[in-house]
Parts: sequence; C-alpha cells; structure tokens
Amino acid sequence: MDNSKRTFLKVAGISLLGIGSKPLQKALAVNEEPKILPSPDALTGKRWAMIIDMKKCKEDCQDCLKACHQVHNVPDLGNPKDEVKWIWKEPYEKAFPGDETVYMQEYIDQTLKGSQFITLCNHCDNPPCVRVCPTKATWKREDGIVMMDYHRCIGCRFCMAGCPYGSRSLNWRDPRPFIKEINKEFPTRERGVVEKCNFCSERLAKGLIPACVEACKEKALVFGDLEDANSELRGLLRAHHTIRRKPQLGTMPQIYYIA
Amino acid sequence: MLEKALTGSKKYWALLSLLGGIIVVGFFCYLKQLSFGLGITGMSRDVSWGLYIAQFTFLVGVAASAVMVVLPYYLHHYKLFGRITILGEFLAVASVTMCLSFIIADLGRPDRAFNVLLYPTPSSILFWDMVVLNGYLVLNIVIGWTVLAAERADVPPPKWVKPLIYLSIPWAVSIHTVTAFIYAGLPGRGFWLTAIMAPRFLASAFASGPALLILLGFIVRKFSKFDPGKEAFQTLAKIVTYAMLISIFFVLMELFTAFYSQIPEHMSHFQYLFFGLHGHTKLVPWMWSFVILAVGATFLLINPNTRKNEKTLALACVAVFVSLWIEKGLGLVVTGFIPSPLEEITEYTPTAPEVLITLGIWAIGFSILTVLYKIAVSIKEEVGS
Repeated sequence: MDNSKRTFLKVAGISLLGIGSKPLQKALAVNEEPKILPSPDALTGKRWAMIIDMKKCKEDCQDCLKACHQVHNVPDLGNPKDEVKWIWKEPYEKAFPGDETVYMQEYIDQTLKGSQFITLCNHCDNPPCVRVCPTKATWKREDGIVMMDYHRCIGCRFCMAGCPYGSRSLNWRDPRPFIKEINKEFPTRERGVVEKCNFCSERLAKGLIPACVEACKEKALVFGDLEDANSELRGLLRAHHTIRRKPQLGTMPQIYYIA
Repeated sequence: MLEKALTGSKKYWALLSLLGGIIVVGFFCYLKQLSFGLGITGMSRDVSWGLYIAQFTFLVGVAASAVMVVLPYYLHHYKLFGRITILGEFLAVASVTMCLSFIIADLGRPDRAFNVLLYPTPSSILFWDMVVLNGYLVLNIVIGWTVLAAERADVPPPKWVKPLIYLSIPWAVSIHTVTAFIYAGLPGRGFWLTAIMAPRFLASAFASGPALLILLGFIVRKFSKFDPGKEAFQTLAKIVTYAMLISIFFVLMELFTAFYSQIPEHMSHFQYLFFGLHGHTKLVPWMWSFVILAVGATFLLINPNTRKNEKTLALACVAVFVSLWIEKGLGLVVTGFIPSPLEEITEYTPTAPEVLITLGIWAIGFSILTVLYKIAVSIKEEVGS
C-alpha cells in the first residue's frame, strides 16, 4: 500500500466517523434551541372568522380591497389572465352560483342595490387546497388561518384547481414591477408561486386587526374569534341570518355574509 | 447493449437529428419560460392547467398500456406476445419520461421540485403520482433491459425479474388510477368529480396505447428484419377494439349523468365541449372531430374485414390515437376549468412557445423510444439470424 492510498483511507475513515457521530451528538445534546415567543400584544383566537355585512357594504367603495393589496404588495398586472388578487368584488350570482332565481335576483337587487359581494379566501375549516398541496406549502394553523409559504411552493397549482372559490393566484410573471408602492413590512413574491389572503396573520401577530376590516368605514367587515361566545362576531351571527359560499361542498368556509 | 444505439443507418441518424432539432427549439423556449415565468403560456388565473398537464395525463395512459402486452404474455403465457413485450415496455419508458418532463415543464418553480421529496405529503395525490410514476419508470427499465439482455445471451431471464414483472401489472393500473384521482377528488370541479374517471382513463389508455404499439410495430417491421408477427398485431387490434368500445361507453355514461341530472356544475362543461357556452366555442370543432374519428375507428375495428386488413387497421389505429388525444390531451383538463367555479368563461389557447416546448418534450420521448427500439430490434435481429 503506497503512502497516498494510506492517507486517503485514513482521512476517509475519520470523515465517516464524523458523519456517524452526528445523530449521537443530536441525541446527547440538551435541547436549547431558541423558541419564537408570540408578542404579548398579539391578537390570539381559537378560530378566526369574518362576517361581511352586505347591507352596509357600499357599491362603489374600494377601500378594503385597496388597503389589503397595498399592505400585502399585491401587484396590479392590469389583465385578467395574469391577475393576482387577495380580496375583490364579485356579482352575487358568481359568488353564489346556482342560487340565482328571478325572485332571488329581485330580492337581492332591492336590498343591496347591485350585488357586488366582497370575496376572499374562506379560510375553510376543511380546506381542499391544504389537502392537495404536495409540499405542505399551504397549511391550516391552529387558529384556522390557511397559510402560504412562498418559499416552499413549487408552483404546481394543484391548490388552484382544488379551491372551489377561485381565491388563489399564481404569479405568472415577476410581480415586482407591477407593485405601485412597496410596503417594506411585508415580503414581495417571486414569479412561479401561488398566493392568497392570509387573514393578515402578520398584523394579528402585532396586535392589529386585518387591514380590510380596519379600512372599512361602514364597519361592514367584522373579524373575530368564532369560539368566543362574547365576541362581536358571535353576536352578529346570533342576530342575523347569514350565508356562506358553497357550504354544500363540505369545505366549511369561515366567511359569513349578511345578505 | 447500448453500443447497438451507436451504429445505424442514415435514416436512423436522420430521424434522431430531426428529433434533436425539435428538442433544441423546445429547450430554447423553455429557457425563455424559465426567465419570464409561466405567463409565457396561454394559461391564466381561471384556466390554470393547460397543454402540459393534459399531455402528461394522456401519456400516463400510453405508459400504462404496456400492461396489455405484459399481462397476456406473463400471466396467460400468450406466446404470440413474447416478441412484442419489449416494445410495450420500452414504449412505457419513453412515455413515463415524457410525463415527468411535462410535470417539470408545468412547475412555476422547477428548482424546488425536490420539495415534494423533502416534505412528503401523503394527503396529496400529486405526491403519490410522483411515487408511482417513478416506480413504474424504474420497473420498466429494469425488466425490459434484463429480459432483453437474457434473450441476447440465449439464456432464460434471471429468476428475480419475475416478481418485478408481476408487480409491474398492478403498478400499471395504479399509475393511471392515481392520475385520475388528481382530478376526481376536487370539490367544486364538477366536470372531474366523477367516480368513473379512473376506469375511463384506463379504458382509453388500453385503446390509445396498444393502437400506438400496433403503428410502431408496423414501422419497426418496415424498417428492420424484426417482425412481431401478424397474429400479435391482430390480438392487439382486438384489445384496441374492446377498449375503444368501453371508452366510448364510459363517455356516454358521463353525458347521461350530466345531461339527465341537469345539474349545472356537471352539465355546463359538457355543453362547453360539444356545443359551446355563451358563444365560446373553441373546443367544439375539436370535440366533434373526436366523435367522428372515434366512431369511424370503431367501425373499422369492429368489422373483421377492415380489422384484418392491415392498411385499414393502421388507419383505425391512427384515428383511435388522435381521437383519444383530443379527448384527453386537449378536452379533459382544460374543460375542467371552463366555466370556472365562479361561472366565469375564460377560454384557453396555448401560445407558440408553449406548443414548441410541448413538441420538444414529445421529441425527447420519441428520441428515447427510437434509441430503445433500435437496441431492441438490433438484438432481435442478431438473435434471429
């Protein structure tokens, strides 16, 4: 055996030992990893949900939409093909397809003077998008918020096919040139990943209510904890008949409409 | 055995160069797509899957069809298929490679494709599809290669390969079943929400795959000394006939449920396909071409005279393949999105780069097929002489 071979084997042996000791080290070391503690100001809930009072919502008002898209760096691509949107308006018959009847249409028109419903991610209790995602890039938090990890998403768009509400958008191209004013508090996205409403999880963590709720002067949007019997949300649910989009699909959507 | 791929006639090299040229063009377009994003395609927020996923779905069927030669030969000792089995297995290898390439081409972030392995998610059908497709690819490479090597050495195939062959039979069924489950389990997509999706996929696969195999067999016979045998072709033709009839039957069952129940979420998609919806009629001419080709092919296949005549049989096989490509490679995926769950009608037309990338991937598949068939045929010629 010549010298170089011997040296090689020595180094290789020692390296192998090193690799082998890794799990051992892990097992013996005391777990002292730092933990991320929630801010003491953070809003916490057991099951976040939202009520949208369409009787209060003004037809030509865009405040909530603008606030959300500005805070979250949602680009305005200017065409429906590449469109990215988190919250938007949809005519009643599109938000609630199959429900329209001549009578219903009349009734809705009378009470709502036009029927542009505010639509966004329903943060379903049983979200099909989470079920179909092959990388857990979208998942449901303990408090019910359906989250997106822009850094893990592979852009397969299975979630877009799975969502029965059209709440998800892919970045078909680089969104950054199409953001009017970048909010440095929130990440921008890259091309090729899916995004959607996150119920302002980043604001809740700081003790702030969702941007759309804050922006609504008519107080048509109410955000709260469904599990808290004393919440304003529960009070409204007790006082009003509410409807949800496509509840028959078993997704258990958590956006309630007073219509 | 690979050395057999390195020598060949002028025609062999001309074919490979042609395919190589198409691949280069496709690859260039893919680079464009990588830098611009998927916005370069015709896909949109409403129609979020298009030509790529449709090709993938169709080709899974072609891949699964190898079982139609493997099963009779290995389970029923149907000796006539002995010569053609390798062609079926290598067709499967080429098809699965195309399937996997189409998935990669469709990803918004292909650089993160391995996240599917890093964060395995058993609740996702796409995860299982990755498992079964890669498994099927490996199975067919190993089986095809080993059996061919044994044939060349004039010895029976090694014993360990038998269990793999038996495994490949249900595995072939699994790839198409799992692929159907990608669609058939989504709430709010009425067009796909049908329990018959997997059987329908399998039936059309067992028609389109063997039809292609017959055509490829004819080509191989014309350009080499290897003849799979007239009887083998005729048995395959009977398989295509039955599978085609079952396919058409299944499509009719879908139409009955949709149109008799009159549930809009189920019916509107079929209306869009065959008659157009609110003036949107892009797929209508395609779907009627499907109907004409499918019915025409069926007549040619059922009639024993036209089935036994290899000229009309070839014609029927082309019609079967094209019609089922329209049905699955064009209609099935896109129409699931039209109308959208919000009853929006957004039509879809693939863009030029998208079509060129698609052709490039088909060319990759056919290059692999050409090389593998060249090896197989050269060895068959060598053993035969």
